[in-house]
Amino acid sequence: MGPLVAQDIISSEWNFVIALLIGIGFGFVLEQAGFSSSKKLAGVFYGYDFVVLRVFFTAAITAMVGLIFLNYLGLIDMSLVYINPTYLYSTIVGGAIMGVGFILGGFCPGTGVCAAAIGKIDAWFFLLGIFIGIFFFAEAYDLFHDLYLGLSDPAAFQEGTRNIKVYDQIGISGNLFAFGMIIMALVAFIVTAQIEKKVKKPNY
Amino acid sequence: MKEDRSKKYLNPYLAGFFLGLVLLAAFYLTGRGLGASGAVKSVIVQTVDVVAPTHAENSSFYSKYIGTGTAPIKAWLVFEILGVFVGGALSGAIMGRFKWKIEHSPKIKSKTRLIAAVIGGILFGLGSQLGRGCTSGSALSGMAVLSLGGFISMMCIFGTGYMVAYIFRKLWI
Repeated sequence: MGPLVAQDIISSEWNFVIALLIGIGFGFVLEQAGFSSSKKLAGVFYGYDFVVLRVFFTAAITAMVGLIFLNYLGLIDMSLVYINPTYLYSTIVGGAIMGVGFILGGFCPGTGVCAAAIGKIDAWFFLLGIFIGIFFFAEAYDLFHDLYLGLSDPAAFQEGTRNIKVYDQIGISGNLFAFGMIIMALVAFIVTAQIEKKVKKPNY
Repeated sequence: MKEDRSKKYLNPYLAGFFLGLVLLAAFYLTGRGLGASGAVKSVIVQTVDVVAPTHAENSSFYSKYIGTGTAPIKAWLVFEILGVFVGGALSGAIMGRFKWKIEHSPKIKSKTRLIAAVIGGILFGLGSQLGRGCTSGSALSGMAVLSLGGFISMMCIFGTGYMVAYIFRKLWI
């Protein structure tokens, strides 16, 4: 039963080999999808190419449904799977900063590495920026301390482990939420395909 | 005439399905999803610890990660991101896409593109710390495990992107 490394079913020496292999799969698929081009990535914001939306949502749904099935079949112990903790304001501010970074930089960190690997010089500069940005955060940590640790988040968020599930917050079951997400993705796929037909692709 | 493979991309739904399987494999094997910005953070923490150990010890940020308490996940992400580089290069080589170039709209100069790329990177780096992960670690992996944080992350990244897209349109269209 998974996760294998967390339960020492696979020894930790193999962990780094797994990391490398998973990374290779990750990078290969991103490049195959065209995520090594900032022009293709930026398309999602200007309506001429929605490849980001298609790949992103299909991937999230595939993994989500996969986890639901593995859990249902008793093949994975979900209590050992990392659930991203929710620090409300920190995530909102961080996400907003990343959104501006996405438009200016044309990449996100993963796709930046992928683009750098095929010789995009702009991607190397983007990666340099990431180093500077994280170094700045580290050095100025005291400035962000309260926000980062969610000290002013609503009281309900400050209890326990902060491993809040999105469906609990809405007040529906996990499976119903997953079903709703699939429907929403399908609608988004259809609508964006229509938009894409009408918007002129930039020529470069 | 030889067909130009460099313009050919995998069907996005199929690519998304494969990416989902990679992500699922990461969860099944290690109990964690994918990541990217965490690898950079790990490299920075290690570097500062070697170059300026006293500074690292006295800092409320670095001191959380150095010494005995270093989580192995951090090194995991460094290997993973090296893999991303290798995987990207492999795919680029197969498709004939490897080329040193600065990709940008004809409306801006190469220099403008590079400056925007650095500033974008700085913002992404900073934001990924507050967001506890970037598009892969926080948004994609977070959504797959149905964490509230993952969905907020995704909505804020793309929502803000759409809000400021018009202002910076000259960079792209």
